[in-house]
Amino acid sequence: MRRSSHTPTLLPVWAWLALFLFAPLLIVLKIAWSEAADAVPPYAPLLTADTGLRLHASTAAFAQVLTDPLYRRALALSVTIAGLSTALCLAIGYPMALAIARAPARRQGLLLILVMLPFWTGFLMRLNAWIGLLQDGGWIVRTVAWLGAAPAPHLLYTQAAVYLGMVYTYLPFMVLPLYARLSKLDPTLLDAAADLGASPARVFLAVTLPLSLPGVWAGVLLVFVPALGEYVIPELLGGPQAQMLGRVLWEEFFANRDWPTASALAIVMLALLAMAALLGMGARYAMAATRRVRP
Amino acid sequence: MRRRGRGLIAWLIACYAFLYAPIAFLIALSFNNARLVTAWTGFSTRWYAALWHDQSLIEAAALSLRVAAMSATLALAIGTLAGYALARFPGFPGRTLFRASLAAPLVMPEVVTGLSLLLLFVALEQTVGWPARRGALTVTLAHASVSVAYIAVVVRARLADTPPELEQAAMDLYAPPWRAFVLVTLPLLSPALVSGWLLAFTLSLDDVVVASFTTGPGASTLPMVVFSSVRLGPTPELYALATVIVGLVAAVLLGGWRLWHGRLG
Repeated sequence: MRRSSHTPTLLPVWAWLALFLFAPLLIVLKIAWSEAADAVPPYAPLLTADTGLRLHASTAAFAQVLTDPLYRRALALSVTIAGLSTALCLAIGYPMALAIARAPARRQGLLLILVMLPFWTGFLMRLNAWIGLLQDGGWIVRTVAWLGAAPAPHLLYTQAAVYLGMVYTYLPFMVLPLYARLSKLDPTLLDAAADLGASPARVFLAVTLPLSLPGVWAGVLLVFVPALGEYVIPELLGGPQAQMLGRVLWEEFFANRDWPTASALAIVMLALLAMAALLGMGARYAMAATRRVRP
Repeated sequence: MRRRGRGLIAWLIACYAFLYAPIAFLIALSFNNARLVTAWTGFSTRWYAALWHDQSLIEAAALSLRVAAMSATLALAIGTLAGYALARFPGFPGRTLFRASLAAPLVMPEVVTGLSLLLLFVALEQTVGWPARRGALTVTLAHASVSVAYIAVVVRARLADTPPELEQAAMDLYAPPWRAFVLVTLPLLSPALVSGWLLAFTLSLDDVVVASFTTGPGASTLPMVVFSSVRLGPTPELYALATVIVGLVAAVLLGGWRLWHGRLG
């Protein structure tokens, strides 16, 4: 295809990206370096020209986000909750994907739709159901009390509720890429390993698991990334102490009207995700390299 | 099928129970007579009647459907071009940046997307005066900017499975590139276009964070209304709304699946 024929296709997309991706990120970057001010919009201009061109860059917002214990706690909490939720999704979702992949072929489509269906029914609606189930005096608390737990436990507005909401919401994101990988696994490889005397556990560890790793990576990425910046789940299911990064950013922006701090938080979150992506790529590269070296 | 352990099947059943227990709960409690969802006092359809007369919910739902349809259509136009470029142009200046930028909204936290787009709309309003105020239009643009990424992925995957020879044949027969695209590529792509549009439509209908950032006074989407109501505690009326949505989605999904496969499991 001729090079010149590319322009009509590429130009609208580049223009779209410039307007709706590059420009917004540059504005966030700019406001993160500005000073908060009592104005509309609530930040001081970065560049003024009244007495000669002057730059008013301030590192106050970044310094605050990186050193204030409130934000550091939010950062640690977000990484912990996102990491543990991802691990839980993997632990629950792997056997689930394996079971679907080993089901009779004509059943697999229906089983997959059943995994997807909750995802299509509105995420707020399902969290709403969990609130009703978990709240004080709700069905789960009453059942637990009836079974004999002396003080009725509080379930809603705890960290456990946040984990529950995360796993419930993101489990399908883990199962689908795992299934995609596991369903393509050549069953003769499993037979070969078993015929050569490998125990079922050994077949799993030496054949199934390594071949499914790309699906594991995809699932981990699909769960960890949205979980890290999650706002709605900690807001609805977590107590006031469940201050994850997304929630802190929201409060800075809407409640405190502190646009520079909210922007600095956004930059920190993006940097964190970029670091996680680089780590993941590095790990995959290292694993690929060792596999090549091994005889 | 070989080696299907009993344990695996039991696990699968337990997982489906976990996924569907809350849905079963909200369907059951939507028919409850009581105002609270913690106790069952008798069967009633009063919450469906209340839903039917709730003007603010109906207006919000209408706005959401409009925003979802418009943003999905806009995203389809840009996303199809982007997916086509990714699949069919092997090398052009800036291809790596192009690819990474298209994927960026998939990995950006929702709050960051929402914040950055709101700041863009504020800056645009101050400098060019358009969009003059925030509301349905800005939410539509914001949702489209996220959905482009998803549609590009779907279109690209479909084109990767479609050999380029058909388009080349059309061009060998002197069809100009745009004609080959409209007459050959687009029909080949139609399943991907349908599923991409539906995906964008649902993403828009389900979004509360990006919409909350980018909307203005008087334009609350359905998820925003539901969100502010859920914060005050679950009500049977919302459970009735959820039941209606679950019914619609299940009918569309299972009906579509049955149509495609000609049989049920």
